Amino acid sequence: MTAVAAGPQAPAPDPGTVRGRVALTHQLAERGVDRVLLLAVPGVLALVALFCYPFLYGLQLSFQPAHGGVLGAYKAFFSDPFARKSIWQTFALAIPASLINVGASVPISYRMRREFRGKRLLLAVLVVPITLGTVLTAEGILEFYGPAGWFNRTLHLLGLSSSPVKLTMNYTGVLLSLVISGFPFAYLLIHSYLSGIHPSMEKAAATLGADWWRRFRYVTLPLLAPGLMTTFCLTFVMTFAVFPSALMVGDPDGSTHVISIEAYEAALQRFDYAQGCADAMIMTALMLAVIVAVTALRSRLYTGATGGKG
Amino acid sequence: MSGQALRAVGQGHGQLGHDELGQPRMRLAMRPGAWLTWGVLAFFFINLLGVIATVVLDSAGRQWFNTWLPTGWTGSWYSEAWSEFNLGQVLIATLEITLAVVAVSLVIATPASYALARRSFPGKKALSILFALPILVPPIAYGIPLATVLYKFHLAGSLTGVILANLVPSIPFVVFTMTPFIEQIDPKIEQAARVCGAGTMTVLTRVLAPLLVPGLLAAGILVLVRTFGMFELTFLTSGPTSQTLIVALFSAVNSAGIRTSQSIDAMAVLYTATMAVLLVITLRFVNPTQLIARTSD
Repeated sequence: MTAVAAGPQAPAPDPGTVRGRVALTHQLAERGVDRVLLLAVPGVLALVALFCYPFLYGLQLSFQPAHGGVLGAYKAFFSDPFARKSIWQTFALAIPASLINVGASVPISYRMRREFRGKRLLLAVLVVPITLGTVLTAEGILEFYGPAGWFNRTLHLLGLSSSPVKLTMNYTGVLLSLVISGFPFAYLLIHSYLSGIHPSMEKAAATLGADWWRRFRYVTLPLLAPGLMTTFCLTFVMTFAVFPSALMVGDPDGSTHVISIEAYEAALQRFDYAQGCADAMIMTALMLAVIVAVTALRSRLYTGATGGKG
Repeated sequence: MSGQALRAVGQGHGQLGHDELGQPRMRLAMRPGAWLTWGVLAFFFINLLGVIATVVLDSAGRQWFNTWLPTGWTGSWYSEAWSEFNLGQVLIATLEITLAVVAVSLVIATPASYALARRSFPGKKALSILFALPILVPPIAYGIPLATVLYKFHLAGSLTGVILANLVPSIPFVVFTMTPFIEQIDPKIEQAARVCGAGTMTVLTRVLAPLLVPGLLAAGILVLVRTFGMFELTFLTSGPTSQTLIVALFSAVNSAGIRTSQSIDAMAVLYTATMAVLLVITLRFVNPTQLIARTSD
């Protein structure tokens, strides 16, 4: 656009430089670089200032602890058994929770691919837990699953347990909260990936005589696998960063002392910013490692058309 | 052969059969798999309902110890919560923060998504990664360094600080919502307008803007809901006067001092009610499952 407009208007005295200038803008435009790209500048600047700069600042801060040399904060983290154990406790919560959420979503959404009455209502109801927020979920879990809550009362009424089962203020409480808030999210994602796979594929397989298991195993699942990986990543990110529910329904000084609590306590309760930033960096590194691993696995899978817009 | 194939196609519909008119109908006798999936879903919904209902009932009950239902009903917890937690001020702060985040992120991110949707250029992949990172990295992990930086510039604790922090996930979110939306607007429309003599401003205001309104609405409402529910970033950067409702709720639960669980629950119900209103508005404009892929039926 720029090149075309500039051509006829360009003054004639030095044709060589004019042609050179036009040619350069033209060449750049051929590769997609023109003034339209300036539109992206505010967004990029905002993210550089608010995301990249703080992150790098935190990174250099983490190498400047009050004592212990350059790697002091990292050494402090890994030499403290209580802090070190928080890594294991984070994974022990995040991986089962993500697997439950994704694993339960697949058969349920596979069964609900078709249109049926009330499907829109069902999807609307599934959005509810996403909007509840972690604090209300935690509050509700404390009361519903608590020793005198409806869940334990029902168990007692049905004769399934004689004394109340302890489901809150421990690992189970946090897992429950992660499933309640995470399952609808995973379900909605997988549901939309599944509806992006064109039904004609499965119909073709059915015409060739494949039963439902073989249709699922050899047609739908391979097409769904990239979407499954993405969903797993996003669910994992959510559960990995579990923070308010680990404090409220968990046992933050024991079995649910996850890494985000460790980082928060270091930075904003002990005001040891260097240690807090170091913990945050360790947390980011661990999470990116998982995402890179899953993405690498994903790139080995089929990534072509799914027949829909998926 | 063809009969077998037809039967197989019929089975592909799960619990839906077809009668002679080709109308789908529910088969009464479902297979065990169907019962299991519906059972799991029903169990989930019962638990969800229980979790919400206990909070709502508790907030309206006079006393609730060791019984199925509270003894006596009262609305006083709401007025108590309103004055005890200074909810009027909290709600005003919440409103200011969420609206500012929505407005700023739309203004900053929509042009960027236009550039990403219309051009392919060297470094586009790097740019996409830059926009994806704030969504992938957990808020706590970048929130702690961000809070440190905001403290350095004396912005932490102020409304500005909270708004800045909430922009970090909102800008990429708008970019990723708007880019596919702009991609499906045919560039020929813009070219046609230019051929007819429209300048850049006219193209922008008379052609693109009306086409973009549904996308902007959807992205704006989603950012609103996210910012309203964003706990970690606001928690890390807010001060006493810049708390949003969810952070005030958390502080009420966790701070020292004896507080009745009923007034906390009353506040939680207020939070949920606001969120439910937002949710209904959202569903008016956005179909949650069409954000990623369009249904192909």
